[in-house]
Amino acid sequence: MSHDTVHSPVGGSLWTRPVRILLVFVALGAIMTVWRFAAGLGAVSNLNDGYPWGVWIAFDVVTGTALGCGGYAVALLVYILNKGEYHPLVRPAILTSLLGYGLAVLAVTIDLGRPWSLWKVPVFFWRWTGSPQLEVALCVAAYVAVLLVELSPAFFEKWSQSPDTGLGRFAEKGLRFVTRWQVWIIALGLLLPTMHQSSLGTMMLLTGPKLDPLWFTPWLPFLFLVNCVIIGYGVVVLEGHLASSAFGRPRETEMLGRLARVVMWVAWFFFAFRLIDVGLRGQLGRVFADLRGFAFLVEMLLLAGGALIFTSETRRRDPGQQFLGGMVLITAGVVYRFNVYLVGFAPGDEWSYFPAVPELLITFGIVALEVVLYVAAVTVFPILAGPREEPARA
Amino acid sequence: MNPGRRRALRVLAGTGAATAAAASPVAASRASGVVPPEAVGMLYDTTRCIGCKACVSACLRANDLEPDRSPDGLYQAPLGLNSRTKNVIKLYKDEQQTSYVKMQCMHCVDPACASACMLGSLHKDETTGIVSYDPSYCVGCRYCQMACPFEVTKFEFDKAVPKIVKCELCRHRVQDATFTQTDSGFSRYPRGHGPACCEVCPREAVIYGKRSELLAEAKRRLDANPDAYVPKVYGETEAGGTQVLYLSHVDFEKLGLPDYGDQGIPHVAYAVQEGIYKGFIAPVALYTALGLVMLRNRKKEDGPDAADSGKGVAP
Amino acid sequence: MDDLRSFASPDTAEGGLDRRSFVKVITMAAAAVGLNASAAARVAEAAAAGVKPSVIWLHFQECTGCTESLLRTSHPDIAKLILDLVSLDYHETLMAASGNQAEDALHAAMKANEGKYICVVEGAIPTRDDGIYCMIGGKTALQLVEEVADKAAAVIAIGSCASWGGIPSADPNPTGATGAPTVLKDKAVVTLPGCPANPYIFLGTALQFVALGTLPALDDKGRPMFAYGRTIHEHCPRRAHFDAGRFVQQFGDEGHRQGWCLYKTGCKGPATHASCSTLQFGETVDAWPIGLGHPCFGCTEQKVAFRVPLHDTVEIDRPTPPDTYPPIEASQGKVGAVATGLTGLVVGGALGAGYRFAKKLSAENEGDPPPPPDDKEVTS
Repeated sequence: MSHDTVHSPVGGSLWTRPVRILLVFVALGAIMTVWRFAAGLGAVSNLNDGYPWGVWIAFDVVTGTALGCGGYAVALLVYILNKGEYHPLVRPAILTSLLGYGLAVLAVTIDLGRPWSLWKVPVFFWRWTGSPQLEVALCVAAYVAVLLVELSPAFFEKWSQSPDTGLGRFAEKGLRFVTRWQVWIIALGLLLPTMHQSSLGTMMLLTGPKLDPLWFTPWLPFLFLVNCVIIGYGVVVLEGHLASSAFGRPRETEMLGRLARVVMWVAWFFFAFRLIDVGLRGQLGRVFADLRGFAFLVEMLLLAGGALIFTSETRRRDPGQQFLGGMVLITAGVVYRFNVYLVGFAPGDEWSYFPAVPELLITFGIVALEVVLYVAAVTVFPILAGPREEPARA
Repeated sequence: MNPGRRRALRVLAGTGAATAAAASPVAASRASGVVPPEAVGMLYDTTRCIGCKACVSACLRANDLEPDRSPDGLYQAPLGLNSRTKNVIKLYKDEQQTSYVKMQCMHCVDPACASACMLGSLHKDETTGIVSYDPSYCVGCRYCQMACPFEVTKFEFDKAVPKIVKCELCRHRVQDATFTQTDSGFSRYPRGHGPACCEVCPREAVIYGKRSELLAEAKRRLDANPDAYVPKVYGETEAGGTQVLYLSHVDFEKLGLPDYGDQGIPHVAYAVQEGIYKGFIAPVALYTALGLVMLRNRKKEDGPDAADSGKGVAP
Repeated sequence: MDDLRSFASPDTAEGGLDRRSFVKVITMAAAAVGLNASAAARVAEAAAAGVKPSVIWLHFQECTGCTESLLRTSHPDIAKLILDLVSLDYHETLMAASGNQAEDALHAAMKANEGKYICVVEGAIPTRDDGIYCMIGGKTALQLVEEVADKAAAVIAIGSCASWGGIPSADPNPTGATGAPTVLKDKAVVTLPGCPANPYIFLGTALQFVALGTLPALDDKGRPMFAYGRTIHEHCPRRAHFDAGRFVQQFGDEGHRQGWCLYKTGCKGPATHASCSTLQFGETVDAWPIGLGHPCFGCTEQKVAFRVPLHDTVEIDRPTPPDTYPPIEASQGKVGAVATGLTGLVVGGALGAGYRFAKKLSAENEGDPPPPPDDKEVTS
């Protein structure tokens, strides 16, 4: 596949005001993390025996990886459905994926009670291979490596600009290797998320009676997969517009408009599937009856809202409406994941949970770190599409 | 054979080898939920329990646990099982009825916790069926807590070096002792080697032995005194069967023992997972298909000779 | 003072007892301290046969309270019994002799009963400056106790002072006062702490040794388990009040009048191993601190007595479940107001900002035509 997208770094200073503000949150999160390891999980979080998984799992891991599914979703379009016109979206999406998954791994390490034993997972996996979580763990680790390889051309292109250095020569060799094997690398980058995103759904099936019937369905793995595609496309739209505004790049409105049409179909499909599945299990009557029913309603309304925005052709052509639709669909997808992992999880009425302030600070810190790393990467390396412009930007 | 196709075959061979390695553990790992032949367990009868809580104290001593002190440090009064309490007595009281209920690990026949545990840190013994915990393989992910329907596994949230805490049927007390048949017809260890709660109970409200013996005894009690009990042995089939059985004069639901159906808790997750991953065939097939589609797309775009050159542009 | 040795023979009419009463009294005394009837019979026989083990009783840094409490037992007339059961060969308070006569009696008794006598120690032993702070007959307490204990069949330290130092060892302990077990490192010492020790504990221990030649089961501090195996808290008549949470808050309040638990006024019962709650003193019911309405001060425990202030509360050594039961479902978990507010702000803020950005994009799109490529247009 020869795509003739030109990528170039944004250039300019890294230490802008937004970055400095974000670094403050990163530092706050880091301090809380040190405290977490010194004093134990109970000291910084409201996690308890009834709700052992809280915002770190539901957001940073389960949602964070979904937000990082842009690379997966766009690669599907470009490489499988052969829609080469979306190619400029690939590299920034892969970067977002790498950051999303990489920081999800960081969040897991913070959340684990005994992270020093983490090395045993790839070494002793054969002791019990029946846990869906094992699949997720191994798959996510492998996927982070694959994403690094998929993004490596961005680094290699920059480094090979100085071919006389050791780094330059390594970069040239690397570039050749990746180009030669790109089909099978990309195939891995498509296989692995299919596996672990669906397994994230299977994981909650194991909780059996503790998952509310509004979300408990044997189709959960499939639903998680479709959900991550919706979120992935939503992120691509959002990120595309934000990056264009922030870095003064040409806006890809037309391309994103066509992407929005694809997302619309996927979103309506998901909506219909959920409605029918929940209806067949006789749970629709609960929508106004209790809190969980209400959470389901919110999820469905957001989904329908986002899909509706993308249904109208005029709206699809307007960058503001594209952004809005993307935002609403991402929110809908995130709410779904939160509903499965937190809201719909029913350990018994005596248990309650809401994250504590230090717990939230760690989450904010991780998100801030992700944004800072994104900005740094696109500033230094050729990731965003488009020729190099003047270094000045806001 | 053109280079692209050669490469495809090489990759296929590689994944084939990986599959062969991966296939056997996945297929063999799933326990079918059959009761082990020498399964041990306990039988708790609410009509005999007087709520003296000697079992709670004995459990603390036998397991070297610190008492769970109330905020002013005066009492040991846990609200339920927790990281310092492996066994607790709770009280159910309404206008008509009162009952005590003893809560501890149920040692399920098809344990959700052991199924969830990534590294087999929670493990069901093949002979005795005791679900044991080995902290050396535990990463503290707490998936077992999400999975257990009885909320038995507890985590040391207040410690910097935490672990999971739960009843293990005092397996550490067995050592070299062997089961012998007593006159009463139960298999027992010599005193000091069996579960501490059962040995200390002054009214034999909770007894231990082989699950088969206990189940027979439970049924005998139901037959002998049908008016005294709710006509069910809880744990015979609930959640696929548990090795700790309950007899009660009050609805089990009220005691915090809901009807979980006859299937093991993990059965849906496993049906789905096995359906998708059996023999690792689907992932390999998908991988191959993805690769082949992309090769074909490349050929279409670049023309027939581009595929031969094997060149491409970086992603 | 009469030579109390005149009371030694059971045939003496004055202060003596006939055989039947003698046996009855011995049996009662033995039962009181847990020895069975056959042991009691053997004690009576041994005593009647005139076999009376020698007892050498040393006094060091003490107030003589333990001796006094032993003398004040009256049901039965134990003082006479002790003289009939054992041969009290050296006792500085009770013996008539003094000076060289006393010293001679000590050495004679040691020589005649070498390896067979019971050595009782009352009072702490000073160790600082080579132990010069207590000297008797030109020898330091340190030397004396080592000498006498060396050839004894059994060593019993009566009272807290002899057991671990007692009041002389309170901070700053200028004399280096310490208990007999610390000094007699190679010898097994039975300690009977208490201030004073309950005399019946001594009686039980001595009777067992005399009758059976054995000592009772001891804990890791050498204390007989039959008396010191439980804390006051585990055997307290006011325990029900503790379990129910009925505490005296101030002396003289309503709870105090009702006899409620004294834990909050500083009762050291939960940290104190002793038998006062069951044995009491002076053979009078409720004649012990808690029975009289004052918190226990932990006189048997080295870490408590004369160290922890009288009205400071202590930790409970072995808490046991009270009468309360948790319900089937007990509320647990936290939801913080600040966190909820913070989350709402952040999420709302992000969505709001996103919405505004979207509106701006739309406005830009409708408004100006797309800027020419070489414009330094910067948006953010």
